[in-house]
Amino acid sequence: MIGAGMTLFRRRLQETPPELCYEAARMALDSAGLELSDIGAVVSGSAPDAFDGVHMKGEYYLDGCGGVGRPYMRVFTGGGTGVFSTIAGWWHVASGLFDAVLVVNEEKMSCCQPHPQSVFANIWDPILDRPLQPNLVWIFAMEMNRYMTVHGIKKEDIALVAVKNKRNAVGHPCAQLADPNITVDDVMRSEVMAWPVQRLDISPPSDGASAIVLASEEFIRRRRIKDRAWVSGVGWCIDSTMWTDRDLVFPEYVARAAKMAYKMARIDRPRKQIDFAEPYDPFDYKELHHLEGLLLADRGEAPTLTREGVTARDGDLPTCPSGGLLGVGNPIAATMGQKIGELFWQLTGQAGTRQIPHEVRTGVAQAWGDLMQYGSVVVMRA
Amino acid sequence: MRVGIIGVGMTAFRPSTPEYSWKELMFEAAARAYADAGVDPRTQVDSFVTCAEDYYEGFGIFDEFVPDQLGAALRPTCTVSGDGLHGLASAFMQIQTGLVSVAVVEAHSKASDIVTLEGVLEHGLDPIWTKPLGAHPYVLAGLEADAFLRATRTPRRALDAVVSKNRRNGLRNVRAAYGADVDEAQVASSPEAFSPLRRLDVSAPADGCVVLVLASEAAARRFRAEPVWLRGIGWSSESPSIGTREGPGAGYARDAAAMAYRLARIRRPAQEVQVAEVDDRFSFKELQHLEALGLAKAGDAGRRALKGDWALDGRLPVNPSGGSLGGGNVFEATGLRGTAEVALQLRGEADGHQVDGARVGIAQAWRFVPTATGAVAVLGVGR
Repeated sequence: MIGAGMTLFRRRLQETPPELCYEAARMALDSAGLELSDIGAVVSGSAPDAFDGVHMKGEYYLDGCGGVGRPYMRVFTGGGTGVFSTIAGWWHVASGLFDAVLVVNEEKMSCCQPHPQSVFANIWDPILDRPLQPNLVWIFAMEMNRYMTVHGIKKEDIALVAVKNKRNAVGHPCAQLADPNITVDDVMRSEVMAWPVQRLDISPPSDGASAIVLASEEFIRRRRIKDRAWVSGVGWCIDSTMWTDRDLVFPEYVARAAKMAYKMARIDRPRKQIDFAEPYDPFDYKELHHLEGLLLADRGEAPTLTREGVTARDGDLPTCPSGGLLGVGNPIAATMGQKIGELFWQLTGQAGTRQIPHEVRTGVAQAWGDLMQYGSVVVMRA
Repeated sequence: MRVGIIGVGMTAFRPSTPEYSWKELMFEAAARAYADAGVDPRTQVDSFVTCAEDYYEGFGIFDEFVPDQLGAALRPTCTVSGDGLHGLASAFMQIQTGLVSVAVVEAHSKASDIVTLEGVLEHGLDPIWTKPLGAHPYVLAGLEADAFLRATRTPRRALDAVVSKNRRNGLRNVRAAYGADVDEAQVASSPEAFSPLRRLDVSAPADGCVVLVLASEAAARRFRAEPVWLRGIGWSSESPSIGTREGPGAGYARDAAAMAYRLARIRRPAQEVQVAEVDDRFSFKELQHLEALGLAKAGDAGRRALKGDWALDGRLPVNPSGGSLGGGNVFEATGLRGTAEVALQLRGEADGHQVDGARVGIAQAWRFVPTATGAVAVLGVGR
């Protein structure tokens, strides 16, 4: 990986989807020192078309991504797209078909009126689920509740994740919800959405785009590109559509994706061999859930690690040093910027005030999506 | 590394399938493909790829609904928002990395569930520049047909010949939805729709599903003595903005073919390709695509259609299955159905529409209105 870029993340941006793609793609190319003519193929990632309100939105914004006159492909695994499109970019290069590939992720949720939550009314099984009129907040409330109940976790310990990430985001130039002064008390006193989920437990809807450049080892050596990190493991996994048949206490699909990526990266003791993590954190409890899924914490142990400061930026296992989705914002697929982008910036020492103070050589990024059923994992090394 | 197609599974294609949900269509095609390949999806498949678009499916995140009926729960699975050939390309690349040995690609159409197809397609137009024009999205195909006929001086009669050929070929294919004994005069006298196109120039929607099982050369040999090889694949996109597209040819098909031919080491496609399934969702598209693929010289495809060169017993049989005009418009499954049909031809298992002795074939698809995106696969048997 030789370049990354991301736009501002905001509740409502003026730019059209192709313009957002263009901005992110241009930044990623500039950071890699490349021009579009160096790029052999373009991969794009975006979540529901209904956010942007355009059928085949991957076609609609492809000129902004630099896809005109090139092999161009869009992948879509719900929220999992945030890390999955990088995996697709990886196989474009690792197959030997392309030397340099641009990956562009975009989401424009503000087109959806009055609120993007209405799109989520259409993600349910039309016969079994929709008559109950569920929404995402309440099924995540069920999952959070299950996690808290089984392990006896206090709500205050989960709120610590929101506090950590919104504070971490203070140094992030794209951040939508950074807050240097937020406290656990603020989270606990925020509006209840669906118990135990409160407003500050959730990342906001956002507009934004992010882009990265992947290239073959040979290309990187030939161009003498110095700022680079290596994709050393990829894994992805989907669980059954029938979420009601699963025990929501543990994300088995994340664990399987992680094991696939760790095997490829020759990691057999993840807690020792991984220096920092960017797990998907659209809700504060999800960071904890995913740390356990990534086998970086024992089941039910992640809140303790958070309370003891292990996951703080200067801890043993810095987690979401970017500020994550809770602090930087959650334009679904475009969160590639905090996940994959942050791995690159940390591993190449370009994270500025967010830089982890000690040396880090191996990082893992993970995204989560569909109906609480998708895990995508990338391991990257300096 | 060579990549083989070791399993082919298709449902029949029909105007509507009220007794089947889309999940059941997928299950049937998958079960057929796994039985054909002799693979157990729960233990012997490393990756599953589905090709779908949310608006066609009527869901917010269609990827959610994929795993169970494919045997893909708790396995590496993903959705490609593209034609079946884009999914095929993804599986091809995954196998080339060495991470995956056996991959499954699925694409389907449950078009009969779509209440307002025109409305869905309208949502694919640029919301600022094109959608406000308020025209039916098929107008774009009419404009392109007009430009193509004028620039190549192709007589309108050539389109009648394409429609008649493909509808009649469909009669010989048990899976085709719209096989019919349609003659050229019937096409020419069908009501005008999206001029210069007429009603019979436009393929009608159909339901159905296609599943293919792919394998690396080493894995393929374990399952099948003589697999069909996916010798090359290519995909390309032109500008989404109508006003800046190149015309009157299909640049996306030309570029995709160039990539696929390069990988397949095909230098003279017109001499080397012996059977072709090309996208004919509007009759002129078959001719435009044949020229873009280098199977006919520029401006020649229509005249050769009138001579019968593309007939089942012609010099190069094109859409022997009936294509989309005879088989139905199956949206994102178009390219994968073409690939499956070519694979059956090369295996000698195409029954009533078998072409004699074909050893190299190609399948090509476009992503339909309003796009200028397409892909091409080159298949072969033997060395």
